[in-house]
Amino acid sequence: MDFTTAYILLPTAKILAVFIVVLLTVLFLTYAERKVIAFMQVRLGPMRVGPWGLLQPIADGLKLFLKEDIIPLKADKLVYWIAPTIAIVPAFLSFLVVPWGSETTLFGLAKTPIPAVISDLNIGILYILAISSIGIYGILLGGWASNSKYPLLGGLRSAAQMVSYEVPLTLALVGPVMMANTLSTRGIVEAQKGMWFVVPQILAFLVYIACAVAETNRAPYDLPEAETELVAGFHTEYSGMKFAFFYLAEYANMIVVSSIATICFLGGWLPIPGLSFLPIPSFVWFALKVGIFLFGYLWIRATYPRYRYDQLMQIGWKFFIPVTLINIFITAFFLLK
Amino acid sequence: MFKREIVELNMGPQHPSTHGVLRLKLKLDGETIVDLEPEIGYLHRGVEKLAENFNYLQALTLTDRLDYIAAVSNNLGYIETLEKLGGVEVPKKAQYFRVLLTELNRIASHLLWLATHALDIGAMTVFLYAFREREMILDMFEMYTGGRLLTTTFRYGGLKEDIPEGFDKKVKEFIKIFPSRMEDYEDLLTENRIWKKRTINVGVISAEDAINLGLSGPILRGSGVPYDIRKVEPYEAYGEFDWEVAVEEGCDTYARYKVRLKEMRESLKIVEQALEGMPEGDFRAKVPKTLKLPKGEVYHSIEAPKGELGYYLISDGKGTGPYRLKVRGPSFVNLQGLKPMCKGHMVADVVAIIGTLDVVLGEIDR
Repeated sequence: MDFTTAYILLPTAKILAVFIVVLLTVLFLTYAERKVIAFMQVRLGPMRVGPWGLLQPIADGLKLFLKEDIIPLKADKLVYWIAPTIAIVPAFLSFLVVPWGSETTLFGLAKTPIPAVISDLNIGILYILAISSIGIYGILLGGWASNSKYPLLGGLRSAAQMVSYEVPLTLALVGPVMMANTLSTRGIVEAQKGMWFVVPQILAFLVYIACAVAETNRAPYDLPEAETELVAGFHTEYSGMKFAFFYLAEYANMIVVSSIATICFLGGWLPIPGLSFLPIPSFVWFALKVGIFLFGYLWIRATYPRYRYDQLMQIGWKFFIPVTLINIFITAFFLLK
Repeated sequence: MFKREIVELNMGPQHPSTHGVLRLKLKLDGETIVDLEPEIGYLHRGVEKLAENFNYLQALTLTDRLDYIAAVSNNLGYIETLEKLGGVEVPKKAQYFRVLLTELNRIASHLLWLATHALDIGAMTVFLYAFREREMILDMFEMYTGGRLLTTTFRYGGLKEDIPEGFDKKVKEFIKIFPSRMEDYEDLLTENRIWKKRTINVGVISAEDAINLGLSGPILRGSGVPYDIRKVEPYEAYGEFDWEVAVEEGCDTYARYKVRLKEMRESLKIVEQALEGMPEGDFRAKVPKTLKLPKGEVYHSIEAPKGELGYYLISDGKGTGPYRLKVRGPSFVNLQGLKPMCKGHMVADVVAIIGTLDVVLGEIDR
């Protein structure tokens, strides 16, 4: 491989491929959400645009693109403008280290198979956690800069919620990292060839799922944008593409946390034990597992009422954090002996 | 070091969960409610004044528009007030059918309450499930009255017309389906940890306070007072049916939730009995075409889905319409409970408490 292919052509191709796939997934995740919840609630969901409403996300995108961009008179213009960007960029940056398969030739572009990940950083998990923390600033600043009371309350809630749920989320991931003895996302998946970490790390897995829902502001932890309380929470004053950015960021984050769950607990792209003889490409396994998590998200939303702000903090600090700490000790004990 | 400031927040009249055009002025310390003041009047149409210019039958249509979720109950209260002053004996068949329709209306009203209450707390699915069943009841109303929401159901001395053919079949179908659907709601909510956390010890009001404020209906019964006008002063044929008053001791939102769920079950029992025991005979007493009432004053109250609904009517004996009609609406009085219930709670609880009060602004503003 010459220099151009290795350092310019291949990375660009990978980035483009991942970006397009993620963007399309995000778009159709909004469609899937509406459809899945609709079926759970004995209704049809979008049916008008295209067959079975399949073109609905595209129509939505177009509509948001053409909408008037309203900036409140008393808003802090610069921060108001920059907040959606801060929300969405980290969401997409996280995919840098998400391995979607074992090896790929990128449709024949590479002569020898290369790792199916944009960049196999040796601090992959740490990188994702760091980057996703930045996304919180988008929501916080967006709520603050609108200079309006409902967004302010939403912003405050999200600051408290996301900061406190970041802690158990990170602690829950320490277990798998200890067992794999590496922070690299590929390394963690390869360490699960014998047994998926969901079995020894079941505690961490459950805590992780709960915290991931909170981290992405989804029901039943959707307090920052609790529709029936705060109208629309932090993005009440946003319209047009800026609103769309927040929306896309939320869904992209859902995919990110589902991917991390798949990587750290469900063996990433590895086939289900005992089914490895099936001629299924590794990226399909990966997509399948991520899909299960995403479906879970929608299912939860259709089932549960919403927590109250103080109750949410209580569970976070008084339950999840102790549980994850205990889990770390147990893991360490078994690794030491 | 830091200055504490009280934030004033306007909730409504355009807000997703103030159930219409209720406006609340909240004073917040962080997210905790320090003080709260409900502002009403955004839906005022002058129903009571309008009634003075209408004749008795026309004024009936105004009562539809009070609590538009429970129009049948409103009609019943008004018509009974007229009958009380006029001294008319209503045939048994009409009485049974009135009870049947009113109880169906109670179920519909409670279903709407359940739907919106659950939606306010974030349980979206219950909302759509409850609306599905409410649709069946509205279809029955449409079959009999032609209207789904504003029914103008009964007439002085009985019913407007005989029970239509096939009506009993529809009711029977509903009686068959509804209990299993009730279980669906309960599966989703009753033992749900989050639901319990959001409702238990939220919006507590003691029996004493509730009585002093004049609260009635499920809110009073949720505080442990077994007061139901249908049992205390039976009107129509209520005395002939076998049913229980739903009472809970919890005094909180969860207790009121349980009371209303039980009431739906009891209402269904009454509907079943009324349908089975439906007597033969006239559907209306012999009354003159143009209604004229003797001079006098009368107050009559019934147990509407939301509480005690009373009409105070003055007739001067000359005109063909009310001289003065005063409505004692349950929602209006129950709204007084909002402030004591909300104090010290958080913004999210206000939404739950408005839901549990089950107010309809059409009746508050009149």
